[in-house]
Amino acid sequence: MKVIICLKQVPDSEASIVVRSDGQGIEEQGITFVVNPYDEYAVEEAIQIKEQHGGEVTVVTVGPPATEKALRTALAMGADSALRLWDETFVGSDSGASAAILARALQGMEFDLILCGKQAIDDDCAQVGTALAELLDLPQATVITELELDPGARKAKAHREVDEGTEVLEVSLPAVFTAQKGLNEPRYPSLRGMMAAKKVEIEVRDSASLGLAPDAVGAGGSKTRIVSLSPPPTRPPGQIIEGEVADAVKELVRILREEAKVL
Amino acid sequence: MPNGVAVFIEMRKGEARRVSLELLSQAREFADTLGKDVVAIVCGKGIRDAAGTLAQYGADRVLLVEHDALEHYTTDAYASALTEALRRQQPAIVLFGATVLGKDLAPRVATRIGAGLATDCTDLNVTGDGQTLKAYRPMYGGKVIAEVDWPHGGIQMATVRPNIFPLGEPDAARTAETETLEFVPSPEPARTAIVEMIETVGERINVADAEVVVSGGRGMKGAENFKILEELADLLSAAVGASRSAVDEGWRDHADQVGQTGKVISPNLYIACGISGAIQHLVGMSSSKCIVAINKDPEAPIFKIADYGIVADLFEAVPIVTQELRHILGE
Repeated sequence: MKVIICLKQVPDSEASIVVRSDGQGIEEQGITFVVNPYDEYAVEEAIQIKEQHGGEVTVVTVGPPATEKALRTALAMGADSALRLWDETFVGSDSGASAAILARALQGMEFDLILCGKQAIDDDCAQVGTALAELLDLPQATVITELELDPGARKAKAHREVDEGTEVLEVSLPAVFTAQKGLNEPRYPSLRGMMAAKKVEIEVRDSASLGLAPDAVGAGGSKTRIVSLSPPPTRPPGQIIEGEVADAVKELVRILREEAKVL
Repeated sequence: MPNGVAVFIEMRKGEARRVSLELLSQAREFADTLGKDVVAIVCGKGIRDAAGTLAQYGADRVLLVEHDALEHYTTDAYASALTEALRRQQPAIVLFGATVLGKDLAPRVATRIGAGLATDCTDLNVTGDGQTLKAYRPMYGGKVIAEVDWPHGGIQMATVRPNIFPLGEPDAARTAETETLEFVPSPEPARTAIVEMIETVGERINVADAEVVVSGGRGMKGAENFKILEELADLLSAAVGASRSAVDEGWRDHADQVGQTGKVISPNLYIACGISGAIQHLVGMSSSKCIVAINKDPEAPIFKIADYGIVADLFEAVPIVTQELRHILGE
């Protein structure tokens, strides 16, 4: 099975995020960048597929040179090759434009399935996987927690986390899947894997090589734009209700009913 | 010339989901500002009865796309049906609930019709010439709020979280023009098929939709102890949520997890029991309208964002809350 993973490098989930004074981005100094946690599930799943069925795993990202760190983490985990798509004209791309860049690169590649994380924890858009499926005219199964392949029948059975519980969806391959927490336990890269990953040559493709017109990507090619970023509204200080537990609870219930009016 | 506001109505068991009605109420306000129509688009089977309710919540027109192939949601069939409906309507704005279904469908349709999409919004404004939408959405798990617009015009699509816009009062006198759109399923064999639906949520209210959520964390000490939260939740018609620690311990299902790697929610009332308040949990619930924390550690970070706190052992305090409420509610 040939598996492609679309991966993004993002700030660690524990990082404290400070909006730049111009409101156009975040302060990147001091932030540790990691593989998007949902993409890690995708990487692990792809490697397990290779271990079970044979084949190869390619990891793709859209990003500047610094994002090769995330690609090398995936290589160290067990991916075979990596591709980085980057051009200064990509700056300002929204989800749709990012999916268009990926789609253009993937159109020329052979694959049985594409795995993405269900969303990146930086922009939290949760659009690229689905938009990519549409651009490549492939079926999709989003928020999956289990994946079982039947290579002979060119089919997969995916468990999706839906609002009512779990939907079991049979999908014909090739298809796009987006990984939800619970799909697997991502492995730590081995020392040997990390050494080997350092030697892998990462292919880089730019706008010209992909045949992307400058106005199809970046801010000009994006239908949406981030006007500004701001910190979330702060909550006014709360009130600790003192006293014996039974009295405090009575007072709490009274406040919730009479003052907050939420009961 | 695109115009008007369209709301994709998500149906569950023959009824419109609450978030869809919240969006209709809000769309009504936008449309009144714009002097335009609100169209409710419903896909499914046996959906005609919904039209009356949709009119009462603000729809001027109800577009029904009814077909056996739309009885259960599948991406391909619904994307085709909705695309056709939108091509016919040419709305300026299209709204979806930011539910599992909305998140699966909206990017697919946006890509197909070449519309820009802002997902998981927590506020929307109509500004300027009255056709321009501004969306506000959390990023970095809620550590940042982004203002988003559509600089090149076109159809403006957004998915909006449940409980953001208040549900309007249904107006029994309102009626809507109902239109039916014929749906022709693709002659190709379906690329996906639902094999099974395992309903784990059961009768319990979904955390993402609930107006009241009672959540437990590591302080619950075990799966069996969530019973005391369920009793309180039942009394309040609330959902039971959990912190990541409680889910990682295997005490609750991931579907109930509140936080950055779970559900990000904004209920009217959030009661956190035995939850210390790690940042990844706080970003999932800090936009709740009222937050109550019960924790025996007075230093727990949850108290910093709670509106009301009680420093106590939850095993002592929670049953008293339940008892007190039962008394007041006259059971």
